[in-house]
Amino acid sequence: MNPALFLSALRRGSRSLLACVLVLLASAALRAQTKDSCLDCHQYLPEPMGVSAETFSQDIHAQKGLTCAACHGGDPNSDDPEKAMSRAAKWKGKIERRQIPELCGSCHSDAAFMKSYNPTLRVDQLQQYKTSVHGKQWAAGDDKVAVCTDCHGVHNLRSPSDSRSSVYPTNIAGTCARCHADAAHMKSYGIPTDQFASYQKSVHYEAMAEGGDLSAPTCSTCHGNHGAAPPGVESVVSVCSTCHVFQAELFEKSPHEAAFAQAGFPGCVTCHSNHEIRHPTDAMIGVGPRTVCVQCHAEGDAGYAAAAGMKARLVELGSELDKSNAILATAEQAGMEVGEAKLEAGKAHDALVKARVTIHAFDMAKLDEDVAPGLKLAKKTYEAGEAALHERTVRRQGLAAALVAIVVVLIGLKLYIGAIERESE
Amino acid sequence: MSLLAALKRWLDERFGWEELTAPLRKKMVPSHRYSYWYFLGGMTLFLFLVQIVTGALLLLYYRPGANEAFESVQFIMTQVHFGWLVRSIHSWSANLLIFMAFAHLFSVLFLRSYRKPRELTWLSGMVLLALMLGFGFTGYLLPWNMLAYFATKVGTAIPGQLPLIGTPTLLFLRGGEEVTGATLNRMFGLHVAILPAIATMLLLLHLALIQWFGMSVPPRIEKEWRQAPASRREMRFFPNFLLRELMAWFVALGALGALAALFPWELGVKADPFASAPAGIKPEWYFLFMFQTLRMIPAKVLGIEGELLGILGFGVLGAAAFLVPFLDRKKPIDTSRWITWAAVLVLVYMVAMTIYGFIAK
Repeated sequence: MNPALFLSALRRGSRSLLACVLVLLASAALRAQTKDSCLDCHQYLPEPMGVSAETFSQDIHAQKGLTCAACHGGDPNSDDPEKAMSRAAKWKGKIERRQIPELCGSCHSDAAFMKSYNPTLRVDQLQQYKTSVHGKQWAAGDDKVAVCTDCHGVHNLRSPSDSRSSVYPTNIAGTCARCHADAAHMKSYGIPTDQFASYQKSVHYEAMAEGGDLSAPTCSTCHGNHGAAPPGVESVVSVCSTCHVFQAELFEKSPHEAAFAQAGFPGCVTCHSNHEIRHPTDAMIGVGPRTVCVQCHAEGDAGYAAAAGMKARLVELGSELDKSNAILATAEQAGMEVGEAKLEAGKAHDALVKARVTIHAFDMAKLDEDVAPGLKLAKKTYEAGEAALHERTVRRQGLAAALVAIVVVLIGLKLYIGAIERESE
Repeated sequence: MSLLAALKRWLDERFGWEELTAPLRKKMVPSHRYSYWYFLGGMTLFLFLVQIVTGALLLLYYRPGANEAFESVQFIMTQVHFGWLVRSIHSWSANLLIFMAFAHLFSVLFLRSYRKPRELTWLSGMVLLALMLGFGFTGYLLPWNMLAYFATKVGTAIPGQLPLIGTPTLLFLRGGEEVTGATLNRMFGLHVAILPAIATMLLLLHLALIQWFGMSVPPRIEKEWRQAPASRREMRFFPNFLLRELMAWFVALGALGALAALFPWELGVKADPFASAPAGIKPEWYFLFMFQTLRMIPAKVLGIEGELLGILGFGVLGAAAFLVPFLDRKKPIDTSRWITWAAVLVLVYMVAMTIYGFIAK
């Protein structure tokens, strides 16, 4: 072998060897850094001391590289339990319930620290918690109220965007219900425990649980999460209006706004309830026994007459629309082209939907601004349906006439063929 | 002298009308127990003529383009006098035409009318059938509704599976990678200009060949006639056969009118390329047996793409059908049993797969 080539190969080889050694050293150092000797023992211990490696690996903190020591202190690099759990290693042991909010807040309220993990994460949770009913009770010495771990869990705490998290939108109500639906737990507070059962009957729950709409309201949407508190009478409209903007705007300009305030009625909740907000229907309005209007209005007052009038207008538009849809469906089944009329009927339906929103103005003239054009459209589309069915009849009559003419021609041809064939024979 | 006789004389003096129409008067049609099958070709011709007339009328109002096509058909159906009738007859007639063309093909096959000297008549007929299917495929997209849009998407994707020529074919059919307004425009161009031009020329050739060779007599009848020459029966084409054909055309016209009036061809909902495909999307019934077969073939067969194998299989079957006059080597008077059995097998397969395609989800 050429000595120069040999030396060159040796140099290349020694450089590669050095690179390998460096990689091995670096990985050993990294391993030493993320070592968590706590789990070596605690994964074999029974509850409540035991935490399996698999459980902890699901925890968002573990996934971000934090170890048990981040909360419990101690030295996770030491395999000697005496050293790992020594006061010298700042080992805290079991975290007392009283210490939990402040311990979590020690990181989660530190904007600079949190930025290194998630720059978009809020850092006011502890501050908000202190304003919540939970936080205030806690400050007053009540250990039963919820602290961070009661809602978020511990050791397998997941990101709120993880569908397995206890604070994922579809799981929040169930998490709140763990305490709020527990009559024994809530007994000392003197508040009802039927909120979750009521919420499960609501249109909001239906949208969330059955419709899969993660933006549908759950407990924290109206009450807040870390600052959870019941909205006061005066703020109910503001809470609902975060989604139901038009209804709130109309209500604020309506005669009911001042009347409700004077009577101390909690805005929207007065008619729609709070947790058990059922799908609103036209049956709610009017002067029938099950309507909400008669809770306050009695026969002879102006509101009673207005409620009856508004109900009548909604029913009129609804029934005209039903009639129109039925005739258009019949015409369509008969093969008639009624696409344009169906489009117009869709606009009439939009007018009805808008009218149901305008109801919140409790103003007959305003309601008529939506109902009148809707009625006009519904009548027009009904006429289109009638015209289509009339056209169908005309077509069938035309067909009958044409078939008679064809049969006459066929008979004529048959006779003519017979005649010429007889003639040729 | 009647007006008709005067007109005849006028034409005769100038163009030799009597001489020109002599072959028509002399033309004879064999008369036997299978003669009714002769009407199928004439019925197909009638339906093709209906397509030309109704298609020309639709052209007065139809506007191609993704933004106008659906609305223009809707306008035809609701605003144009008798527009609904013309459009419905065009659609129903298109389907009956393809049905008649297939019936005509199988009648020719079973009666052995394709054999020497009528090979070219068979070949031109096969190309005409392919053109009719082309008319059906290109015309289906023209109303630009949801079903048509997604069926065209599926239909154009199938040849796209072919090796080498797949992608260029797909691009040619769609005018791009997706089914868009460009696809609609080229389907329109093919449907109203290119296919009619080719079909008209081939149809004239097909009719000229029929005129040249006359009607074929089935081998079984020919044998019977040879054994008993006195039993040979013939009918004058003009006017006897033609008047009977005319009766059949009137029946077809009545059927078309009844279908159009009682079951107007629906328009559906305007195509929305961003919408999800409607469930259970299927092509027109005449493509259903192929579509269902392709759906049922496993993803891989002996290491080959199942769909590709299916397409190639139908290609081979089509080529075999095209070459039937050259595959049937028997003398004209003899019958080849295997052709009959093969035709029955293919027919049963097509009918069964079409029915299965309709009921399968």
